[in-house]
Amino acid sequence: MTLLGQFCLWTAFLISIWTAVVSLSSRWKGRPDLGRALTRAPLALALVVWVASVALWKGLFGHDFNIEYVAAYTSSNLPDYYLFSAFWAGQKGSLLFWALVLSTFAAITQLVTSSRYRDLLPYVAGVTSAVLAFFLFVMLFGGANPFERLPFTPPDGRGLNPQLQNPGMVMHPPMLYLGYISITIPFAFAIAALLARKLDTGWIHAIRKWSLLSWLFLSIGITIGMWWAYVELGWGGYWAWDPVENASLLPWLTMTAFLHSVMIQEKRGMLKRWNLGLVIGSFLLSILGTFLTRSGVIASVHSFAQSSVGYLFLGFLLLAGIGGFTLLYTRWPNLEPEAELESLASREAAFLFNNLALVGVAFSVLWGTLFPILSEAVRGTKISVGPPFFNKVNVPLGLLLLALTGVGPLIAWRKTSLPNLRRQFLWPLSTGLLTAAVLVGLGMRDGYALMALGLSGFVVGTVVQEFYRGIRARGRLYQEGPLVGFVRLIGRNRRRYGGYLIHVAIVIYFVGFTGGAFKVTKEATLSVGESVEIESPYGGTYQLTHMGISQYEALNRLVTAASLEVTRNGKSLGRVFSEKRQHIDSFKNPTFQPSTEVGILGGLREDLYVVFAGTVDGTERASFAVTVNPLVWWVWFAGGLLVFGGLITLWPGGPAPVPVPVRTPSAAGQAEQAVPA
Amino acid sequence: MKRRDFLRGAGRLGAAGLLLPGLRVQQDSARGPADPLMAPSWAGGARPEVRAMDNDETVRAIEYKLRCTCGCGLDVFTCRTTDFTCTYSPELHRELVQLLEAGNTPDQAIEAFVAKYGESILMAPKAKGFGAVGYLLPGSLVLVAGSILAWVLLRRDRPEPAPAPAAGPVERSDAARVTDQEMAQVERALRELES
Repeated sequence: MTLLGQFCLWTAFLISIWTAVVSLSSRWKGRPDLGRALTRAPLALALVVWVASVALWKGLFGHDFNIEYVAAYTSSNLPDYYLFSAFWAGQKGSLLFWALVLSTFAAITQLVTSSRYRDLLPYVAGVTSAVLAFFLFVMLFGGANPFERLPFTPPDGRGLNPQLQNPGMVMHPPMLYLGYISITIPFAFAIAALLARKLDTGWIHAIRKWSLLSWLFLSIGITIGMWWAYVELGWGGYWAWDPVENASLLPWLTMTAFLHSVMIQEKRGMLKRWNLGLVIGSFLLSILGTFLTRSGVIASVHSFAQSSVGYLFLGFLLLAGIGGFTLLYTRWPNLEPEAELESLASREAAFLFNNLALVGVAFSVLWGTLFPILSEAVRGTKISVGPPFFNKVNVPLGLLLLALTGVGPLIAWRKTSLPNLRRQFLWPLSTGLLTAAVLVGLGMRDGYALMALGLSGFVVGTVVQEFYRGIRARGRLYQEGPLVGFVRLIGRNRRRYGGYLIHVAIVIYFVGFTGGAFKVTKEATLSVGESVEIESPYGGTYQLTHMGISQYEALNRLVTAASLEVTRNGKSLGRVFSEKRQHIDSFKNPTFQPSTEVGILGGLREDLYVVFAGTVDGTERASFAVTVNPLVWWVWFAGGLLVFGGLITLWPGGPAPVPVPVRTPSAAGQAEQAVPA
Repeated sequence: MKRRDFLRGAGRLGAAGLLLPGLRVQQDSARGPADPLMAPSWAGGARPEVRAMDNDETVRAIEYKLRCTCGCGLDVFTCRTTDFTCTYSPELHRELVQLLEAGNTPDQAIEAFVAKYGESILMAPKAKGFGAVGYLLPGSLVLVAGSILAWVLLRRDRPEPAPAPAAGPVERSDAARVTDQEMAQVERALRELES
């Protein structure tokens, strides 16, 4: 199978080079046969890369330890689902996975894109093939070939890193990769539009679903990654501002900005250059993440082993950046806006400020991530940039963003009068102020937390007002009840109301993050029967009693499990278990250092998070770290709601966006009427 | 035992058997608190007893500001309470406790760490010199760009000045013409205002 895999990689490489060269040199123009061949090439590429991938999966499931990759990341006793996910557990496999997803997306693009954009499709095939060719090049010539064989066959493999043996890790990397990789499609359309000089809103319409999809995959990938970090790593949090985490956030931020600013281009024909810049920038940031993960240039717990592959990515990043922005520069005169921003009190302005805040946060995250390198270059001393830096710099920007999330929907397109502003802001602002006042009354004194929760109230007030008005209008027009009106309101304008659900999800994220400011941790060493008490930030006391330690063998590991009986204010909440796991190969040899499995007693208000640190002197006397984590459940709920809102927005059908008419004296009086977004 | 309890227990056993093939409970707490474990090495190295200073808020606040030198990128507190295989963070913790027990203030303790390990021991750079640039640049850029944008839009928001009266006789456009009826209405309104 490795021969077949190698053959497929080579075949795919040659086809992708041919497609990229013929397409991007425009040699297909005037040659319909070549044009057709170009649009079919991605289908052939997908087929060939799928065969290569199946060959690797066969090696993994067949325990072919003569394949270096299989020996490095699996063992005979690894459960099947982790054999499946071992495909992307290592550098080489993850590159093939990237190629697999990219080739699949490129083929789907050619199949599903409307014939209205057929002029762009050969160029799109060229760009996706060029990106694919790069990944195949890295595998074939960059020392990252997943089909490389060993000179001997070990009796068993090394096994999969215990921290990757978690359901979250089966889902998190593919989701994140799907997000990163699907940005290539909007990027390909942007470059195609620039090359073909078709710079109307056609390319924007062609990529609408792809941009949403990539944003959605990134959101899911990031949230599952947070969940994995929380349940698996055992440090009681879900976001550590690690460079690799930051790298996933960067394209998410710029794609979020794009999803907002693209509405201005659709409705007003403005921000064409900005939108192209955002798409090109998002693609570059997705590659930057890959570079950071694989180069070892910045220390990260999530990095793959340091290798020269990273520098190939740096070269590709520079090439794509210079190529993309040069092309944008040469088409600059063709990208004149069709209208001008008319007022500060307009939805366009609110979206522009929202874009500014999003790109500002992205810049600040990138700046903080790269600051150690810059500082070393400028001052010659090594420094570290961790959560205290990012929290200090990003929290104010995040609050600004939260405020703008509430402001945007309240302002009409083009211009809003003062009385209209007053009418629109009255209830949302009151809700926000009331929320803050109630929290102050309840004793909250943390300034940032108060602002975050007050602004959350404001945004929720905005969304509720929008839904209320929409349902009421439907009730008047169609005599519908509130529930039917609610469902139909969303169904008839999925993009707008799906977007509002996403706004609510963002608010809930913020509320969940705010809970992190109130977490409490306590360490204790307990003999069996002894207890430790920990105060909840809401008041009340948890008591955890050490019930004993069991040792047993399960699947591919030797388990030492501690159990604790939990009560809250004297009321029993059941038991919580935390484990130490020593993973072993099929010959019972230890494969990695013992890892820790967290015990979590979750709830809507707070999680009780128990980590079994280890035993004292080899007896059942053991040390524990106990944390009370408020509002964490809401972070996962927000993730679910965000996906739900995203799916509504993404669902096929629904009316096309309505462009705002050009301002004329007779239309000026109607400008205050908000056009459905 | 009631039938329902029996069935519930049997169900749990069955589920455990399905979910954890090969599960064999080797030891439980019935053996007594001081008894050695069957295989202590399964649980990693022995842990020290938790002391009062380990839960001290001052110690923790400082540890959140110090980076573990093992290369994990985490702060000392998070590393020592997460990765129990790390040998660096417990050592850094002991060092910090000794400094505080010797009468150093938190700032002095942090300075002692910086003097020994360099500035990279800090989780975030000091807000001085180039470090201040690090903190201020992103927010300043957003502020400046936002101010420029707001200024430009505010200028556009100003009402357009009324056109200056032309020197010569002006021919009224159709749009500007008013009917006799409209003129009569305006005159009536003005009379009412003056009376």
